[in-house]
Amino acid sequence: MANFIDRRLNGKNKSTVNRQRFIRRYKAQIKRSVTDAIGKRSVTDIDSGESISIPQRDISEPFFHHGQGGRRDRVHPGNDQFTTGDKIKRPMGGGGGGSGEGDASADGEGEDEFVFSISKDEYLDLLFEDLELPNLKKTVLDKIVEYKNARAGFCAEGIPSNIDIVRSLKGSLSRRIAMSSGKRRQLAILEEELKALLQEDEHEQEAVKDLRLQIEALKQKIKKVPFIDTFDLRYRNYEKRPVPTTKAVMFCLMDVSGSMDQATKEVAKRFYILLYLFLTRTYKNIEVVYIRHHTQAKEVDEQEFFYSQETGGTIVSSALNLMDEIIKKRYNPAQWNIYAAQASDGDNWADDSPKCTKVLTEKILPLVRYYSYIEITKRSHQSLWREYERIATYFDNFALQHIRGADDIYPMFRELFKKQAA
Amino acid sequence: MTDSKKSKRLSDGPDWTFDLLEQYHTEIKRVADHYRLDAYPNQIEVITAEQMMDAYSSVGMPLGYNHWSYGKKFIQTEQNYKRGQMGLAYEIVINSDPCIAYLMEENTITMQALVIAHACYGHNSFFKGNYLFQTWTDASSIIDYLLFAKNYITKCEERHGIDQVEDIVDSCHALMNYGVDRYKRPQKISLFEEQKRQEERESYLQSQVNELWRTIPKNEQETTKKETRFPAEPQENILYFIEKNAPLLKPWQREIVRIVRKISQYFYPQKQTQVMNEGWATFWHYTILNHMYDEGLVSDKFIMEFLHSHTNVVFQPPYNSKYYSGINPYALGFNMFIDIRRICENPTDEDKEWFPQIAGSDWLDTVHFAMHNFKDESFIAQFLSPKMMRDFHLFSILDDDNNKHLEVSAIHNKEGYVKVREHLSAQYNLSNLEPNIQVYDVDTTGDRSLTLRYVPQSRVPLADNHDEVLRHLHRLWGFDVKLEHLNEFNVVNKTTYCPVKEPVKSDIIAFDLGE
Repeated sequence: MANFIDRRLNGKNKSTVNRQRFIRRYKAQIKRSVTDAIGKRSVTDIDSGESISIPQRDISEPFFHHGQGGRRDRVHPGNDQFTTGDKIKRPMGGGGGGSGEGDASADGEGEDEFVFSISKDEYLDLLFEDLELPNLKKTVLDKIVEYKNARAGFCAEGIPSNIDIVRSLKGSLSRRIAMSSGKRRQLAILEEELKALLQEDEHEQEAVKDLRLQIEALKQKIKKVPFIDTFDLRYRNYEKRPVPTTKAVMFCLMDVSGSMDQATKEVAKRFYILLYLFLTRTYKNIEVVYIRHHTQAKEVDEQEFFYSQETGGTIVSSALNLMDEIIKKRYNPAQWNIYAAQASDGDNWADDSPKCTKVLTEKILPLVRYYSYIEITKRSHQSLWREYERIATYFDNFALQHIRGADDIYPMFRELFKKQAA
Repeated sequence: MTDSKKSKRLSDGPDWTFDLLEQYHTEIKRVADHYRLDAYPNQIEVITAEQMMDAYSSVGMPLGYNHWSYGKKFIQTEQNYKRGQMGLAYEIVINSDPCIAYLMEENTITMQALVIAHACYGHNSFFKGNYLFQTWTDASSIIDYLLFAKNYITKCEERHGIDQVEDIVDSCHALMNYGVDRYKRPQKISLFEEQKRQEERESYLQSQVNELWRTIPKNEQETTKKETRFPAEPQENILYFIEKNAPLLKPWQREIVRIVRKISQYFYPQKQTQVMNEGWATFWHYTILNHMYDEGLVSDKFIMEFLHSHTNVVFQPPYNSKYYSGINPYALGFNMFIDIRRICENPTDEDKEWFPQIAGSDWLDTVHFAMHNFKDESFIAQFLSPKMMRDFHLFSILDDDNNKHLEVSAIHNKEGYVKVREHLSAQYNLSNLEPNIQVYDVDTTGDRSLTLRYVPQSRVPLADNHDEVLRHLHRLWGFDVKLEHLNEFNVVNKTTYCPVKEPVKSDIIAFDLGE
């Protein structure tokens, strides 16, 4: 009567839709949590998802139930000391001895946070919702440079190692059928005639002999159809297909002169993190090059980039020149998608700013996908900003934003990468 | 039993195979039949831990409509399970015909046998036999109805958008406990009729609503009727009232209210028979597997492993233990059924005095009688023996906010037995657990506001979040909603409004009630 059913192979993610509904509903809260978490990450730490916490109160489902107070009797087990009429001090918080099952428990700890994890993909989806890399479509098409061998059907010519045996034998079989079918039909007719002749009593020896010869000849002809012919051979065909390159390099340029304090660098760091995470959505492999500069530029590692303190004046063009050199040396623009983000407090030697424009417009901007400049300062803009503003009007892969404090980063980032209205 | 059968000991695993499950099931079924357990046919499904979590978070419904709250439940379950804070349930069993029970693949053969005995014969026979389940649920059609509900709600989502549907379902969920007729016997859900009448109902309901809210023409009769309230009697089934009378709901919204109401009704008996249901199932897995052990069908190793988990399940921590969280329904129910058997088989003088009808009677008849005709509240009031109270060291605490101290009102002694039993029984009385809130009045000729009344018991107030529930009710009703809190003298001493401001009396506007 019992019916055992093995359901183990059925889908296990029956709750996926409901989980998505939950995330959809609390998107605002989850987003807030995601935004808060950005500051705590290292630039290249992207392998983890994020743990999200939402106030329990926000997601509770209300229903009518009893509150504290009134008069109630509760039965408990395990009496070890009480007799009827004993008075006990009321436990603090009301919950202690009083709340049994059912009524009071749902209200008890309403202030907890509801903590859960979202996967890396869900995290990034939320973080970069409605954002896109500008100019991506246009550049993908004309930067096709890498090729990959891909199967492309069969062809009649090729090298022996590529022979497809099944296809070839199929060809052979059909050719043999095609070439011999007329003769076989004829053969069948002749054999029929011969049989008929032989059945007649006074068969004519001549006719029989003749028929036998004809049959013999036909059989020879059929036999001569070769089992396999070069005509049958089929070779697996390969062709080279262009694949869009998925390598990207991200240049982080930062002013580390005396005027950049640690707080300003923190802001810059968060911006770089965002950019890095964003790029991982499009590219599989991303290299990061850190270039810091004061009057001279130097390529450094992440630790040094963010945390070493330098002093001195500021010459921005030094960093741009170094970037140009590095691109020429290591990152062929045909194979690499190049992105750059520059952070500065806006200080620069006044006569250096025109040089920057020159390096950028002539050498760098034609090679990079996108160049974003953020100025982190509370003061008014200086020469560099004005030079850059002019560049932005000519190049649509150049953008600049002004950031005053940490709160601006995420909105400004969204501003830089927001989807262009189609 | 023939000798050959007795000598045939079943393998004790620990790994299980489908053949072995089959063998165990055959034996368990034989023993269950021996004890006259009448159950629906079983459909036993083997699932993985992940699938168990899925089943868990959809409150055990094999298929439910989609809603974010199930997603939340799933995330919680998954989170707790992954952190090792919680083991998964051994079993989930669904009150349907055939009765669906889940076995988790990780379990040993001993645990599988335990679950088969517990769920497929314990719970299953309870579903089939208990009067509450017989009255309130129709096991043969629930799966079809759930499928109907899921498809209907999906269709609504496609037609009206997820948010629209979610709003309605949220509001209905908030009032889910008020979607049951407690005293009136319900009609069983029959899918066939459901579908046949659904379209009819849509148009009919709307016409009824329109009739109720018709403002012209007014004749003499109606003006004289003005003094009577609508509804004439307070209505406890708020969702039913909404479905039939809310002025602005669209037909599909009414249907969703109905779906939530029907599902609530399906779960209604389970809320009231937790102790009995678990006690019954535990009693039977204990009795059946021990019976098999006595016959020599299962090994010592098997029975030791079984007793180990069984003891964990029926453990009752005392009030001062850090593990204490109320009375364990498994422990209470199991021991009560064991105790009933004891009273029948070996009654003491005390038992003869307390239970003259059952002391010394046939124990099997008696436990079946108890299972068929009671719910937790009445079961405890009827069968909790003084010996049980002594064994559990039960004591009752009076918590009165007028007094400075808590008071021990009764303990497990001669003077206290009746009182303790009464209090424990009341603790399982659903009408004490859920606030008594009923639809009291509708201003049919004025601003169409809906008035609810809360009648407290023993001065226990409503929890503070009742205004949130009112907002949900307001969404369904479409006009002002107010909740009057009575005091112990049946006088309104507080009123909660939704929307919060004092309702402004406005002139009647001719509303387009919507098609």
